[in-house]
Amino acid sequence: MSPDTLPALSALSALPTAFLFLLGALLAAVLPARLRPPLLVGLPALAAWQVWTLPEGRLMPLALMGLELELMRVDRLSRIFALIFTLIAVLGNLYAWHLRDRVQQVAALLYAGAAIGAVFAGDLITLFLWWEGTAIASVFLIWARRTEGAFHTGMRYLVVQVLSGVLLLAGAALYWRETGSLDFTLMRLGSPATWLIFLAFGIKAAFPLLHNWLQDAYPAATVTGTVILSAFTTKLAIYALARGFAGTEILIWIGAVMTVFPVFFAEVENDMRRVLSYSLNNQLGFMVVGIGIGSEMALNGTAAHAFAHILYKALLFMSVGAVLYRTGTARATELGGLYRTMPLTAIMAVIGAVSISGVPLFSGFVTKSMVLSAASDAHLWPVWGALVFASAAVLSHSGIKIPYFIFFAHDSGRRPAEAPRHMLLAMGLTAAMCIAIGLAPGLLYALLPYPVEYHPYSGYHVVGQMQLLLFGVVAFALAMRFGLHPGEKRGTLLDSDWLYRRAAPAVLGAVAALVRAIWGAGAAAVGALRAAAMGFIRARSGPEGRLAHVWPTGSMVEWLAIILGVMLVVVYLA
Amino acid sequence: MSGEAASGALAGHGAEAAQAAGKAAEQAPGLMDHLPALVVLVPFLAAPLVVLLGARRLAWPVTFAAALFSLAAALALLSQVLGGAAISYHIGGWAPPLGIEYRIDAANAFVMVIVSAIAVAILPYARASIAAEIPARQHVLFHALFLLALAGLLGVSATGDAFNLFVFLEISSLSTYVLVAMGAYRDKRALTTAFNYLLMGTTGATFFVIGIGFLYMSTGTLNMADLAQLIAQQPGNRTIHAGFAFILVGMGLKVAMYPLHLWLPGAYSYAPSAVSAFLAATATKVAVYVMLRFLFSVFGPAYPFEASALGLVVLPLALLAMFAASFIAIFQVNFKKMLAYSSIAQVGYMLLGIAMLSQTALSGAIVHLFNHAITKATLFMVIGAYVLRAGGAFYRDIEGIGRVMPLTSAAGVIGGLSLIGVPGTAGFVSKWLLVQGALEKGWWWLALLVVASSLLAVVYVWKGIEVAYLRSPRDDVDRREAPLAMLVPIWVMAIATIWFGLSAEWTVGAARTAAEALMHGASEIVISGGVGR
Repeated sequence: MSPDTLPALSALSALPTAFLFLLGALLAAVLPARLRPPLLVGLPALAAWQVWTLPEGRLMPLALMGLELELMRVDRLSRIFALIFTLIAVLGNLYAWHLRDRVQQVAALLYAGAAIGAVFAGDLITLFLWWEGTAIASVFLIWARRTEGAFHTGMRYLVVQVLSGVLLLAGAALYWRETGSLDFTLMRLGSPATWLIFLAFGIKAAFPLLHNWLQDAYPAATVTGTVILSAFTTKLAIYALARGFAGTEILIWIGAVMTVFPVFFAEVENDMRRVLSYSLNNQLGFMVVGIGIGSEMALNGTAAHAFAHILYKALLFMSVGAVLYRTGTARATELGGLYRTMPLTAIMAVIGAVSISGVPLFSGFVTKSMVLSAASDAHLWPVWGALVFASAAVLSHSGIKIPYFIFFAHDSGRRPAEAPRHMLLAMGLTAAMCIAIGLAPGLLYALLPYPVEYHPYSGYHVVGQMQLLLFGVVAFALAMRFGLHPGEKRGTLLDSDWLYRRAAPAVLGAVAALVRAIWGAGAAAVGALRAAAMGFIRARSGPEGRLAHVWPTGSMVEWLAIILGVMLVVVYLA
Repeated sequence: MSGEAASGALAGHGAEAAQAAGKAAEQAPGLMDHLPALVVLVPFLAAPLVVLLGARRLAWPVTFAAALFSLAAALALLSQVLGGAAISYHIGGWAPPLGIEYRIDAANAFVMVIVSAIAVAILPYARASIAAEIPARQHVLFHALFLLALAGLLGVSATGDAFNLFVFLEISSLSTYVLVAMGAYRDKRALTTAFNYLLMGTTGATFFVIGIGFLYMSTGTLNMADLAQLIAQQPGNRTIHAGFAFILVGMGLKVAMYPLHLWLPGAYSYAPSAVSAFLAATATKVAVYVMLRFLFSVFGPAYPFEASALGLVVLPLALLAMFAASFIAIFQVNFKKMLAYSSIAQVGYMLLGIAMLSQTALSGAIVHLFNHAITKATLFMVIGAYVLRAGGAFYRDIEGIGRVMPLTSAAGVIGGLSLIGVPGTAGFVSKWLLVQGALEKGWWWLALLVVASSLLAVVYVWKGIEVAYLRSPRDDVDRREAPLAMLVPIWVMAIATIWFGLSAEWTVGAARTAAEALMHGASEIVISGGVGR
């Protein structure tokens, strides 16, 4: 279907995709509740069609205050990210069909629009604007829970995200002074400007030690909000890194650490949505490694993995979300045996789990193995080892743990109803796409930035992966058999966010106490002075004060005489 | 001594008279030539006309028409003198100094425009307001008194004769006393207030006339231009000095110079709302003009006694007013009283501009006459609308009224901003000129004090806004917006407040010309009038 066949719709290509979403958000802000869900699903579908049909090139240059901006840079890299963003917006909003909360619905559209705008941004300023747009729009998905905790979480999230934007802007300004260009293309680390930009991207990509906002915020959002959140922010950062820092070696090592360290936290975490957040972080590591390697194969792997990852991660968040929606909890200790009454949701969760684990015939396998192959092609054996270890661990904490503890394991006695129909539909579509990619990887490969010559279903890959999976299953089984699996313990997990959740408050508290003491003394002194002054003024000017009295006429004449006297003296003496 | 002075005066006017005779021969006197007299006479004669007609229906149209005529005439006069000329009109053709002279220059034409414009703006508003506050049988009297007050104020401005000025001052004052007393239908305290006002106002007028008497004793003339020349001839005359002190103190009372302000809060708060608005916008302004005229045209800043009187007495009192009255305003719980005290503080700014004795500061004082007039007219009209709907001006009566009467309250906020001197409002322009005047003299501390006292205005204006907007409305109030007859004048004034804040060329230009005319005299004198000659 080309634009020529639908002339009415071809006018769409004149409008940047992000603006389409902004218009939709405006519309959603005024439409009655009944009409909003169709808009929320239909508009991203329209946008997806637009993204699909857009020609390549720099479509909307804009000269503004001496800056040369580019609102729509369409090439294969930006198109695949924009496409998956619009698709997940369709699916996520379909999943949220039951929602009547205007704030969440408007925020979801704005958020998706900002992310897509950022993907199409051809210059750093446009990128910055949309970058901050995602931060501001997305925080409402957290606040929409309307609890005290969610508010504070949202504030922490917002501070981190806005910080990232500020760093980006500072970096962009420096970059402009250095090079005289605002073009958002491949950059080389080495100057303060690029380091700032790199750091900004790194925060959003949840680099190790910059990652805490992710596990803090995602589980705190609403049921449907988490699904939306999980798709955009981090993958936007992955896109930005792929665009700006492909082949930067340090990314390989950052990515390797990223794949490994969240595994342990995911293994022991109780809240299933938080488990998924850690595994999300781990999956990002694969993509970062791919960007660091920077070969065509690796970048293809990154893009493909991002595409597949968004789908199966959303599927997992959707299934856990459906459980949370029905039971009110996502904690492993409080769930179990739900397959009896939620069989379809259980099937969806299993499909998501096998996809993320990289089981052949599902999406994760055909994309993750591209990154692994790229690593081995580059002879980065330690990295390859880390990725293999992480793959096995993914199976353990996401592939088995999620479906097992929620839908099987011990019977929690809960008998919730099956997920609502629209959720099932959204999950079904997502699951179908996961399977389709696994069965026919050529469909996805055709979209990738570079030509692909890769065959995932070679004997070597399949056997290797099956061995890995088997190893993972055995490890899990052994852990369960000997009661070593920590999964069903209660607790709040403190990560390196201990630094700012515990240590920083303690240090800050001490400093604050000192400052408070000094300030208090000062304020008391000022307060006493002020009270004295106010008392003085009030005693004279206040309603009972002498100055405000309605004096008898006589006193007025007295004053008249006094002033006349003074005046005469002054005049005579002059 | 007096004979000598009189002959000097005659000699001074001989040349002018000859010139006038020559001009009169050339062209027959038309209506335009008599404008200086008509601007006063039309409202003055309309007053008895209203009473004689006796019909309540006719009272308002006649009053309004007279005010409208005065405004048109004042504007015509102002346009004639803005070039820097002055018009000398001889009543009945009797040449000054024996005859009464009306002398129109930029300063008093400007004041007449203010007075008649405010009257025109307030009359439509007053129609709705007094219907609620004054019984119908008194409406005819109200209009007659309003016309007398208007004619008096215009006469004070127009005349060039010191004693004639006193007569007009008394005409306006006496009618004002009665107008204030009409507030008794709402609150009986208006009666005692009006009585106190009568006593105090009369005392002030007496001081003034005593001062005129001293001057007449020393110079033998009552014509102001003549007085100026003759006073210059006897600089060491103690009688003249005493006359100066009496006039300054007497007018100080009329302008409500702190601490001679005691008549004002009561008069403004117990008078009917329309009267409060009219008085606040015009009466003190005209008194300030009289002060200006005597300080700069009859006497002059060059006299050491005047410089020291202004520097040592008026300046400190002006500063005192700016702060003390503002503090009192902060603690008020009645909106009208708060505005009344704020007026006293604002008069402080005008006196400050006068006492600084520089042309910039004087322009600031004159333009503040105008800007404060429209600002206070807006605010007092807003209060009048509140009184109509909420039944009182106490803060407890008007809690949350911003939500009940959004349009009225929005105009009130504009007025409040202008009172503070927020840029973009009229109040800013005059304060800016005052600060500039202070800086020109190097008195940066004075500039700081002006800004500091503006901060006090922020406090009392904010208190009003808090009451009107941040509290929930009482259940028993009339939940209707003010009637259109009130809203339109209120918004005309509010928009004028912003208009003259944004485009200040006209007001500042007129004020500069007026300051020029006051300090250095007119560039040429056009003589007109001469009926029956």
